[in-house]
Amino acid sequence: MSETPYAVEMKDIVIRFPGVLANDHVNLTLKQGEIHALLGENGAGKSTLMNALAGLYKPASGIMRVFGETVNFNSPKDAIARGIGMVHQHFMLVPTQTVTENILLGLNEPRFFMKLAEYDQKILALQDQFGLRVDPTAKVWQLSVGEQQRVEILKTLYRGAQILIMDEPTAVLAPQEIDELMKTMRSMVDQGKSIIFISHKLHEVTAVADRVTVLRKGKVTAEGHSMEGLTKRDLARLMVGRGVIFAVEKKPQEPGDVVLSVKDVEAENDKGVPALRKLSLEVRAGEILGIAAIAGNGQSELAEVVTGLRPCTGSVKINGKEVANKPPIVAIKQGMAHVPEDRTGVGSAPNMTITENTIMKCYRENPIGNGWSINFTNARQRARTLKEKYDILAPSVRTMARKLSGGNLQKVILAREISAQPQLMVAVQPTRGLDVGAIESIQTLLLEQREAGTAVLLISEEMEELLALSDRIAVISDGRIMGIVDADKADINEIGLMMTGTAVPAKSMEAAG
Amino acid sequence: MNLEIILHAGLATGTILLFAAIGEIFAERAGILNLGVEGMMLLGAMAGFSTSLATNNAWLGLVTAVLAGGVLSLAHGLVTIHFQADQVVSGLSLTFLGTGLALVFGEGLTGQTPPLIPSFDIPGLAAIPFIGPVFFENHSLLVYVGYLFTPLAWYYINRTRPGMHLRAVGEKPSAADTMGINVYRLRYFYVFVGGCLAGLAGATISLAVSPGWYSDQTTSGQGWIAVGLVIFAQWDPLKAALGGYLFGALRRGILDLQGPALLLGMTNPLYINSNFSFFLKMTPYILTILALVLGSRAAMKKRLGAPAALGVPYIRGERGL
Repeated sequence: MSETPYAVEMKDIVIRFPGVLANDHVNLTLKQGEIHALLGENGAGKSTLMNALAGLYKPASGIMRVFGETVNFNSPKDAIARGIGMVHQHFMLVPTQTVTENILLGLNEPRFFMKLAEYDQKILALQDQFGLRVDPTAKVWQLSVGEQQRVEILKTLYRGAQILIMDEPTAVLAPQEIDELMKTMRSMVDQGKSIIFISHKLHEVTAVADRVTVLRKGKVTAEGHSMEGLTKRDLARLMVGRGVIFAVEKKPQEPGDVVLSVKDVEAENDKGVPALRKLSLEVRAGEILGIAAIAGNGQSELAEVVTGLRPCTGSVKINGKEVANKPPIVAIKQGMAHVPEDRTGVGSAPNMTITENTIMKCYRENPIGNGWSINFTNARQRARTLKEKYDILAPSVRTMARKLSGGNLQKVILAREISAQPQLMVAVQPTRGLDVGAIESIQTLLLEQREAGTAVLLISEEMEELLALSDRIAVISDGRIMGIVDADKADINEIGLMMTGTAVPAKSMEAAG
Repeated sequence: MNLEIILHAGLATGTILLFAAIGEIFAERAGILNLGVEGMMLLGAMAGFSTSLATNNAWLGLVTAVLAGGVLSLAHGLVTIHFQADQVVSGLSLTFLGTGLALVFGEGLTGQTPPLIPSFDIPGLAAIPFIGPVFFENHSLLVYVGYLFTPLAWYYINRTRPGMHLRAVGEKPSAADTMGINVYRLRYFYVFVGGCLAGLAGATISLAVSPGWYSDQTTSGQGWIAVGLVIFAQWDPLKAALGGYLFGALRRGILDLQGPALLLGMTNPLYINSNFSFFLKMTPYILTILALVLGSRAAMKKRLGAPAALGVPYIRGERGL
């Protein structure tokens, strides 16, 4: 062969799970030294395809070639030996171990004694080569998410990876960190590496990729298409199979009275480390206050304090009534609704039916409950109405919550919370992990709540979502408010700086409080 | 009331807790909670005692005790690792199984005198004032083994490659799996190691420190104390050893308090009515219950630094990981 072979060639790959055809005769080619985007909605089969390339799954049929040679992987070890490294979406790092230990995990060197100091040096040398800075002696739990990602990348490079698979690497990063990651990807490509970049964020794909392969429901809809001439709109159509509205419409509206008032709140996280430090904010009726923060900076604890799930000092008032350090029922009676981050652990009871999940807030009152028994005929009737109204796709209201897709489960939770006619809604990562269609309907529901006069506290790590939905955005870093800005005048770079803990000149602070 | 004697006895009986607790630390660091320590200890104590009696060889007894604990622990491994059943329920059943087996096979052993593991002085070191008589005089070989074993266990867990893999499997099994480490095999191995050490702890009672077979009073709940000690020790072998010695000294101290008629110039209530000492004797068990209750709370676990995947079966995801 005179031509340089493809770095990766996957042909007619078929992968089945019980009852699902995850990959249906999928083709993918990765040229040497390119960034190839793999685009698709959740459940389109992107991660499945890449897990096959990383040796975690075995395709039922199809051929895989790496640098021209046919391969057949039985375990991740085989794939690593062929120079394939995967940076997983959920980091595969041991939080209590150091950076060096994590990089050495699973290798045969060192044989028995760790000699960490010696290996720290080797890893520093590797960092210099690719400009990936992170202290090798630090424990992983001490690192920011961006740094953890660098460890994941270093892990694959240390094993001599020539082909990197990056599974939604930007999902957890702050805007500046995303820029830096893109630079790193470019520098790796310049040094001869080839990269497959999985994403469902269109603007990132258009910014960084050379070619793109699009998957929809396990099938290829665009194979190795050059990025030239492709717009976001084209990509979305290939991905979803229909046109998508990008910006949900937010009507201008004057906020009303203060509904939620948080004053000088301090709280600890599960490890006993201070998570909120003298934090104060207010949310008014008919207003969405967005909270922007990098994961682990106190935003989850804030939601728990407001909803009565975490003890704190200071004051949390809903409609003027103190709810801090009281059972959640006190806040609920004041009209608090909660769309929690953890949909299956906190937001729903996975082994109960849709009916049971939708009555969890109203089973005490007529017509569902009469004090000691529950009228299931009425409950089911109510659940059917909600299922219809919120467009929940499920065989029936007797379906177990755990059998629902992420988007439909989130709709069940929102149906329950909204039907209680809340005055305050605390929504944490309401669209995380959902596909484009579901995101659109969840965001529309939140805006409808705003128009209905509900005060909404929206905690999200999606900057675009915050900008699209919020009236004001409060930026939190290390448990402190770094600033509150009006969403329509917000500068994304400024917000990014505040998220990383950098104070920003006072001009944008005037809206605070 | 002699400090030297109390500390000497503390080191001896503490060695029992040391082996059992460090064994449990190995299992828990790999992510498997084994509440069957009491059962494995009792089976080990019985197996060691009866083998020594039958073969007239204490060393054979020791080996049998270790294997008995190890083999019994594999039942827990099979249930929790292979079948991914609840670790608490399985561990409790293991205690019943081990205790039952030990009592049936141990029938008629009471009052017999098999050869024991030898006790001796460490030449030279025993001559040091105070330190010598406490640490290096007339201790069983197993006590000296305990001195060496503890730092080695710490070093193995924290400073070696297999130790790093052990910690990874207990903290984040999915990370270990993607790096080609066999999570199931390692978990089986460390459950087995934990069982072997529990068996050794049993033999430490019946063949060395307080020799004899007194049916279920042989261990008298020390397996549970060891499980609680693991939480107190925050999964650290050094602290576990220290805690074991302290508990040992406490038990002896409580016994000795009953001796003198006068205590600090006052009448000793324990001397007049020994029933009062029941409350004192309860202390280790009350502390253990407290540790177990505290340790079972999720928030407290995080604060104490429990292995993150402790008690969670590992299943490679059907989709993703």
